[in-house]
Amino acid sequence: MNEMITVTNVTKRFGGLTAVDDLTFSVQAGEAVALWGANGAGKTTALRCMLGLLPFEGQVNIAGSSIQKQGKKARKLMGFVPQELNFHDDMTVAETLTFYARLKKVPAGYDFMPLLNRLELASHIQKPVHDLSGGLKQRLALALALLADPPILILDEPTANLDIRAREDFLLLLHELKVGGKTLAFSSHRLEEVTALADRVLLMEAGRLVIDAPPQELEERLGWESTLHLYLPEPVIEPALETLTAYGMPVSRNGRGVRVQVKPGEKGKILHILHEAGIEIEDFTVE
Amino acid sequence: MVDFENVYTLIQKELRDARHNRWFVLYTVAFAGLSLALAWLALSGTGNYGLAGFGRTSASLINLVLLIVPLMGLTIGALSLAGEREKGTLIYLMAQPVNQLELLLGKFIGLALALIASLGLGFGLTGLLIAVNGSGTELSTYFFLLLLSCLLAVASLSVGFLISATVTRSATAVGIALFLWLFLVFFGDLGVMGTAVVLQFNINQLFAAALANPLQLFKLASILNLRQNLEVLGPAGVYAVRTYGDRLMPALIGLLLLWVILPFILTTQIFKRKGVL
Repeated sequence: MNEMITVTNVTKRFGGLTAVDDLTFSVQAGEAVALWGANGAGKTTALRCMLGLLPFEGQVNIAGSSIQKQGKKARKLMGFVPQELNFHDDMTVAETLTFYARLKKVPAGYDFMPLLNRLELASHIQKPVHDLSGGLKQRLALALALLADPPILILDEPTANLDIRAREDFLLLLHELKVGGKTLAFSSHRLEEVTALADRVLLMEAGRLVIDAPPQELEERLGWESTLHLYLPEPVIEPALETLTAYGMPVSRNGRGVRVQVKPGEKGKILHILHEAGIEIEDFTVE
Repeated sequence: MVDFENVYTLIQKELRDARHNRWFVLYTVAFAGLSLALAWLALSGTGNYGLAGFGRTSASLINLVLLIVPLMGLTIGALSLAGEREKGTLIYLMAQPVNQLELLLGKFIGLALALIASLGLGFGLTGLLIAVNGSGTELSTYFFLLLLSCLLAVASLSVGFLISATVTRSATAVGIALFLWLFLVFFGDLGVMGTAVVLQFNINQLFAAALANPLQLFKLASILNLRQNLEVLGPAGVYAVRTYGDRLMPALIGLLLLWVILPFILTTQIFKRKGVL
């Protein structure tokens, strides 16, 4: 595998504050890597350094091109989806696409429709950007990032402004792009996003890289627990509580069902136990 | 290396934005309205339209240009980078395959062209009024005043651009631009006079101090264009014409050009150091 992104000893200071502290990692072609951490951990700053938007100490190479010395060449290989979707609001979707397509040297006469159809934006093409919902703006950002078909996508909290439904749709789109061979580097503070999409998670704290591991390994190392909400028919709630308690599970009643604290990799086991006990599950959610 | 295709794309974008910018529209309408009013007064002041021409209106327009054009250039320039930085569009633009110089050139040239178009409209309408109601004499003087006004507008834009690159918030940038405008327009002369008295400048030093203000450069060049001498400005004017002779006008234009180039170069350096935040 070849390295698409190489970040070496990157440090970014804002006055006395060190936002990114000696960060080193690499991303292979076709890999999806999540920068994960709390707000203020330095994820966004790290992504901005990778795009060459800020001066910094250290080195970033994009497919062999230094972002500091060959910024334009390196940025041609990257599509960027920012956290704050600040486009020029008075432009229409079509004008926005045309403007950025010209900057990205998309050939004149390029047919945007397949891309717009794929992202379900085709019917909104004549709308001003300020008339789009948050979900549609996010799709527009992805459409702009995909212009000229760059091999790398940099996404900063890509689902931060989306509702649950739009978030799931957007994650599915990103998953399809990953399967299609794109290299993804994204920041997130959402666990479900990281586990759903990333091959590797870089846990950041106070600007430093603390852990670099696959999501499963990270879950185990950190001892993450999820809360499984099971929605059950009223008559089987008590039997379900008894069954799970008998297996030593920390379970409690919760409205229309039960709530169970689950260790990493044990969600399926709970469902299996209840299935074996003949208890019907109407629905479930994971927190 | 600068990709002029990118610069051209950004220039077109700036021109489009200028058409939608209410400040730009307001300045354009105000300048055109006031210059038309001044021309009307200049024409009617003779009691006979046929005797008034471009020269008389040019003289009236110098003060209007001195007041409004620096305000246009400084505030529009100050809003440019700081406004986009505040809205977050700057960071997105710079995430594209564009380098900093292309972005700055595209924005600057686009805004400069929009300012020139705005002045061209005001001067054009006024010129039409004079041509219809007055005489066509001294058209070249009028046209040269338009060129000098454009140069002053671009110099003011360049200084506004520098302010915009330096500060983060657009309100701060506009505040600084307005203060600078106030200083250059109203306190520039007084400042030079006061300094000259306190430091006991000789005539040469007094003239050099006046040249530090781009508005003074424009004023001297405009009066020289109109009257071929600077006697109206007193001993300093007489000294300047006697000392520099035919070299005075090219020197004044050269210095105005420096007010365009130097702030722009400083802007590129500050923008490079500061990044897009």
